[in-house]
Amino acid sequence: MSNYFNPEFETLTREQIEALQLERLQKTVRHCMNNEFYRKKFAEAGITPDDIKSLADVRRLPFTTKQDLRDTYPFGMACVPIRDCVRLHSSSGTTGNPTVILHTQHDLDEWANQVARNLWMVGLRPDDVFQNSSGYGMFTGGLGFQYGAERMGMLTVPAAAGNSLRQIKFIKDFGTTAIHAVPSYVTRLYEVMKEEGVDPRRDTKLKVLAIGAEPHSEEQRRRIEDMMGVKAYNSFGMSEMCGPGVGFECPEQNGMHFWEDYYIVEIVDPETLEPVPDGEIGELVLTTLCREAMPLLRYRTRDLTRVLGRTCPCGRNHVRLDRMKGRSDDMMVLRGVNIFPIQIEKILMQFNELANNYLITLTTDEENDNMTVEVELAHSTDDYAHLQSLEKEIRRRLKDEILLTPIVKLVPLGTLPVSEGKAVRVVDKRKVYQ
Amino acid sequence: MTIHQLSIFIENRSGTLIKVLEAFKEAKIQLIASTIADTAEYGILRIVCAEPMRACEELKKAGIAVALSDVFALQLDNKPGSAADVIKLFSQAGISITYIYTFLMRGKGILVFRTNNTDLARKTIAENNLPYIAEGDLAEWA
Repeated sequence: MSNYFNPEFETLTREQIEALQLERLQKTVRHCMNNEFYRKKFAEAGITPDDIKSLADVRRLPFTTKQDLRDTYPFGMACVPIRDCVRLHSSSGTTGNPTVILHTQHDLDEWANQVARNLWMVGLRPDDVFQNSSGYGMFTGGLGFQYGAERMGMLTVPAAAGNSLRQIKFIKDFGTTAIHAVPSYVTRLYEVMKEEGVDPRRDTKLKVLAIGAEPHSEEQRRRIEDMMGVKAYNSFGMSEMCGPGVGFECPEQNGMHFWEDYYIVEIVDPETLEPVPDGEIGELVLTTLCREAMPLLRYRTRDLTRVLGRTCPCGRNHVRLDRMKGRSDDMMVLRGVNIFPIQIEKILMQFNELANNYLITLTTDEENDNMTVEVELAHSTDDYAHLQSLEKEIRRRLKDEILLTPIVKLVPLGTLPVSEGKAVRVVDKRKVYQ
Repeated sequence: MTIHQLSIFIENRSGTLIKVLEAFKEAKIQLIASTIADTAEYGILRIVCAEPMRACEELKKAGIAVALSDVFALQLDNKPGSAADVIKLFSQAGISITYIYTFLMRGKGILVFRTNNTDLARKTIAENNLPYIAEGDLAEWA
């Protein structure tokens, strides 16, 4: 069988990709004229669809933001009549109006094709058994992987998140060979396996994990691979684009291929909004090229990453992006220093003594802002001096990484809150001075 | 010559000790001796119990991380100065005591301790013919 699910599009040359992108961008921009929001935006920017003559002209288009989606809630960004839509996904809306993403049947088909392409890329084939241990419902990781895995032809188990004992039973009874879950849930699953005396290498047929939806470090990925004895591939998705499927690692595990037949990928300086050179970190901006119900032009994802390359030994010339450094929204500013949770995680994962769960709490103590890092100890110990030197060494390495010294607290295994969705890693209890 | 002691890393927070003790109750395993050394943030709860291996399994099942370590348990004569006499032997051999606690068994004082040199401590006990408690004696206790 071919190494490619969709060889025609996966193996395009750079020239072919760019030609296809221009054609699809022109079509998308014309399609956007069906929507009042975009007509107004184009008028303000003084452009018409005819102005898009080269791929570089994408930079003449206005940016779209999450706030635009909130302001037009619920259906204000639809480019087709609502009767032509067959599904919507909505975000939680904890900070204002929720956002709504609409899909036509064509959009759902193309979404499934992207996910299927990714799963095929990492070596899965129709005789594999795919267990989707991800939240269903509005969270796109559920239905997105479900339809993609089915499209590829695998037996697909919609296990959803949680109930770890039942998950393990499914893995054993159904001969599950691949799992999709958020990384923090994989580590939780492994803890339960250990308690139940299940060895993933000996007692399961697992060979592939798809992990995503939470930023995670290379160290955490390696740790998950060591625990489960399988390859773990990083998946990038966001509901605004469709959901999972947008970017995925190939077997080279050297960055995620973002599918440029579906998206135009730009990396811009979040302050100036000007493009940054390849290799430099900036904000990921995506333009959809195949969406009918709700195309998004130059959508500011808030995710920070960089271009690693545009070719790959796997034969796919779709741009490779580094794992997300974090969301610009996740960035903590403590005593004037910019810190991402992923930096803390990277250090913690270097210690074998530590388990995978950690919690960062920011507090104000008199006038000073402080950071407390609580991390679970993987094993108990009879040796005090070791605990003290361990704390000291964690503090030292964290200071090297983030330039300030946090309070480090070791806590027993299983005492930090476990979430079955995305893990909560940062609690900000600081006083805000107005 | 040594017995298994359970060491449990616990937080200084109400409710953490009871979780461990409930697990023992649930498993119907009797505690024989215990001690907690604490710092501001956490403590290590050390336990000698009737069936340490089973206790270890049961605690793990209850989601409690536990470490097993080998400690010495020497039987003392019930008279003043017996602890001093015993510890002096170790001191003379150049062995440091890491921690120590006591309990009573069959009316005799038992000294539980860990040293910085287990091999040398074994030798000292053998050479001086010191009466020690073996793991089997703990089961009998229960």
